[in-house]
Amino acid sequence: MKSALASFITVVALGIVLMFALPHTTDMFGLMQMTVFVVMAIFALSQGFIWGYGGIMSFGQAAFFGLGGYTYAVAAINFGDSTGAVALAIIVPGLFAALLGYFMFYGRISDAYIGVITLTVTVILFNLINATSGDWYTIGNAPLGGFNGMPSVPTLNMPGDPSTILDPEQLWYVTIATLILVYVLLRGILASRLGRVIVAIRENETRATLIGYDPRLYKLITFIIGAMIAGIGGCLYTNWGAFISPTVFALAMSAQVIIYVLVGGLGTLLGPILGAVLIQWLISFAGSQSAVDSNLVLGVVLVAFVLLVPQGLVPVVRDTITGFWQRRAGTGSEEQKQTTRGAEVRS
Amino acid sequence: MSTSSVPLLEAKGLTMRFGGVTANEDVNFLLREVELRCLIGPNGAGKSTFFKMLTGQLTPSEGKVFFRGQDITGAKSHEIARHGIGIKTQIPNVFNGLSVHENIFVAAARNKSMQQTKRIASATLERLGLTGIAHRIVGQLAHGQRQWVEIGTVLAQEPELILLDEPAAGMTHEEIVRTAELIREINKTQAIIVVEHDMQFIRMIAKTVTVFNQGRILIEDDVDVVLADQRVRDVYLGKQAA
Amino acid sequence: MDLIGLVSFNVLVGIGTLVLITVGLGVIYGMMKIINLAHGEFMMLGAYTTVISVTNGINIWLAMLVIAPLVVGIVGLIVERLLIRFLYGRMIDTMLATWGLSLALIGLMTTIFGNDVRGVPAPVGGFSIGNFGASGYGIVILIVAALTLVGLFCMLRYTRYGLIVRATMQNANMASALGVAPSRIYMSTFALGAALAGLAGGVLAPISGVSPVMGAAFIAKAFITVLGGGAAIITGTGLASMIFGFINEIVSFKSTPVLGEVALLAAAIVMIRILPQGITGRFFKRSI
Repeated sequence: MKSALASFITVVALGIVLMFALPHTTDMFGLMQMTVFVVMAIFALSQGFIWGYGGIMSFGQAAFFGLGGYTYAVAAINFGDSTGAVALAIIVPGLFAALLGYFMFYGRISDAYIGVITLTVTVILFNLINATSGDWYTIGNAPLGGFNGMPSVPTLNMPGDPSTILDPEQLWYVTIATLILVYVLLRGILASRLGRVIVAIRENETRATLIGYDPRLYKLITFIIGAMIAGIGGCLYTNWGAFISPTVFALAMSAQVIIYVLVGGLGTLLGPILGAVLIQWLISFAGSQSAVDSNLVLGVVLVAFVLLVPQGLVPVVRDTITGFWQRRAGTGSEEQKQTTRGAEVRS
Repeated sequence: MSTSSVPLLEAKGLTMRFGGVTANEDVNFLLREVELRCLIGPNGAGKSTFFKMLTGQLTPSEGKVFFRGQDITGAKSHEIARHGIGIKTQIPNVFNGLSVHENIFVAAARNKSMQQTKRIASATLERLGLTGIAHRIVGQLAHGQRQWVEIGTVLAQEPELILLDEPAAGMTHEEIVRTAELIREINKTQAIIVVEHDMQFIRMIAKTVTVFNQGRILIEDDVDVVLADQRVRDVYLGKQAA
Repeated sequence: MDLIGLVSFNVLVGIGTLVLITVGLGVIYGMMKIINLAHGEFMMLGAYTTVISVTNGINIWLAMLVIAPLVVGIVGLIVERLLIRFLYGRMIDTMLATWGLSLALIGLMTTIFGNDVRGVPAPVGGFSIGNFGASGYGIVILIVAALTLVGLFCMLRYTRYGLIVRATMQNANMASALGVAPSRIYMSTFALGAALAGLAGGVLAPISGVSPVMGAAFIAKAFITVLGGGAAIITGTGLASMIFGFINEIVSFKSTPVLGEVALLAAAIVMIRILPQGITGRFFKRSI
C-alpha cells in the first residue's frame, strides 16, 4: 500500500519536473516531438485502462481518438473558440462509447468478438470519413474534406479569449499537464470502490456477479471513461498539427496503441505512458533512416512481446528491482514479493 | 426460530428439461428463516440443476422460485444476490489476482459506505481467521484457504440465505471440521443450504436433509431418519459404493 | 430488364468475391478458433506472387490459381510452426500476434517493393448485358469461388483428412484420444487457410490495386462475414457471403460503394449481436 503511494507521488513529481525542464533543455523541434509523444501517451492510457484494468479488448480505440480529433476540429471551426470544442471532443466520444458499449456488453458479446466489432466500427468510421470530400459534406462552416482531412484547424486559445492563441510551448504545458491529470484521475478511480469493482470483474466475472455487481454496467462505465480519455488525446492531437485526417481511424492507429500498452505493461498505468514514448521514438527513428519500413519494426515488436515478454517492460523491471532488493536484504519479505507479482495477473 | 408465515425460500413445481432430458421434475421445496438444510443425492440426481435454478444460473422450464414471497424465477445472478442470497460455487470463484482483504472488501462494498465496508471486511476476516493472511494474493493460497476466502466473500455480503455447493470439497480433515463449525456458527443468524457429497460432513452439520433421486425429491426428514432409510441407502450409498 | 440482369450479375460477383476473401479465414476460424488478423496480408502476398510471376512471363492463370496459393500456403506453414503453435488456446494473444505479423508483412513488403500500386491486366475482357457492359472477369471470380466451395466440401466430406478435421472441430480432446495428432491437423489447416487467402489475393489481383497495404481493405469484411457465418465453414461462409454480399451490392448500386461496404459491416455487427454464434450456430448446426 505504502509503496503504491510512493510510486504514485514519484511518477507525478517526475512528470512535473519534465513539464518544466523540457522547454529549457530542448529546441522547438524537440519540444513539438515530445508534445506528440505525450499525446500518444494519453491515448495509451485510455487503452491501458480499459484493457489492463477492465479486461476489455478493444481493437478500435482509434475510433474514439479520431472522433475526439474530428469533433474538436469541427467545433473549433464553427465556434471560433476552443473551450466548448474541447468539452465536445470529450463528450462526443463518450456518448458514442455509451451507445456502442451498451450494444456490446448488454448483448453479451464475448471478448474476442468485442475485439472484432470495435475493429469493424473503426473501419466503418474510416470509410465514412474518407468519403466526405466535396462541399456537400460540411458541418456548419466546417468541410470534412474526405481523405484530404481538415487543414488549418484553429488551435487552443486562452479560455474565454479567442484572440489569444497558445504558442507551441504553451501547448506543451497544456498537453503534459493533461497527461498528469489523466494519470492522477485514473489512479483515483482505481483506488476508489468503482475501480476495485472494475478490477474484481476482470479477475472473476462470476464471483463479481454472485456478490451482486452487474458486470455489464461496470464494463460500460470503464469503456466510456476510456473513450473520453482517447477523445482528449484526439483533441490534443488535432491541436498539435492544427490538422486532422482520416488516418486517425486507420487500423495502424489502433494497432499502435495496443503495442504501447503491451510493450509498457498490461495492468499498469506507467507502462502505457512509457510504451507510447518508447514506440513513438522508435517509429521516428525508423522513419529517419529509410532502409526499413516502420510497420516492420512495429510488427516485429508486437510479435516479440506477445511471445517473449507478455507482461511488458514495467512489470519486468519492477520485479527485477524488487528481487534485487530482496536478495540484498537477505531475508526479504515473501509477502511483499507476492503482492507485487499478484498485481500484474492478467485477465 | 422465526415463525413467520412466509417461508424464506420456496420452490413450486420446478422442472428443467435439456432437450429430451429431464433434469428436474416438479420439485417442491420449502425453507424457513434461519434454517440449515442439506441437499444430497447421487451424481445426476438433479441437485446441481436445482441449485442452479435457485441461483439464477438456469431458468426453469416450468415452476417458480420465491424468496420471502417475491418471485425471483429467472432473475439474473446479480439481482438474486441483491435480494440477499449469497452463493459459494462448487469450483472456487474468487478474485485470484487480488489480496484476501481486497476480495472481502469488494464483496462488502456494494451499497455501503466506506466506513461500514471497512468494518464488515475486518470483522469477516476475523471471523474466518484470515486476518493473518489478509495481504496475501488469493491465487497463491492453498485450496482450503481459497474455499474460506470464497465463503468470506459470501458472508461479507451479509446475505439472509447462503447457498454452499460442496464447501468441503478438497479439504483436509482438519479443515472440514473447522468448516463444519463455521457453518453451525453462521447458522445462528442466517439460513443455509448445503449441497454435499461427503456423508461425514453431512453428519457433522445436518439437521434436516433433502435427498434427490432421478430429478425428484426422494425424501426429506431429520438427518438420522434419512440416513437410516432403506431407499436412501439403496440409491445413494449403494451407488457411492459402486 | 437489362439493368436487373446487370445488377443480379453484380450481386452474384459480389457474393463470389466475399466467398473468396472469407473462406481462408473461415477454414482457420472454424477448425482452430483462431482469428487470423494477418489474413489480409496473406491475400496481399498472393497478389504480389501473381504480379511478380506474370511480370516474369509466367502464364497468369498458372500464377494466380497455382503459384499464389502454393507460395502463401508455404508461408502459412512456416508461420504456424514459428508463431501460432505457441499460442493455441490463447485467443486474444493469437489475435495480437497475427496483428503483429500483419504489420510486419506490410512493413517487409514496403521495404522490398516500395509503396507504389502495381497491377496485372485482367485476362478476360468485358461482355454486355443488353446495353450495359459487364466485367467478364466477374465470371472467373464466380467460377473460382464456386469451385473452391465445392472442392472444400468434397475434401471435408469424403477424405480421411476431412473426417479428422470434422472430428477435431466437434471435439478436439476426443479426436486426440482417438490417436489423431491435433498439432499436425492444426498445422495443415493453417496452411490450407493461408493457401486459400493466397488464392483469393491472386484471383483478385487483376481487379484491385496491388500494394503492401491492400489487405486492410479486406480484413474487416472477411472477419465479420466469418463470425456472422459461424463455425460451419462452408454453409456458414456461403450463407453469410450471400446475405452480406447482397446487402453490399444493393446498397452500392443505390448509393456508393463506400456506403455499400458500410452497410455490409453494420449489418454484420447487428447480426452478431442477434446471433452470437453466427448463422450456423443457430441454424444448420449439423452442416459442414
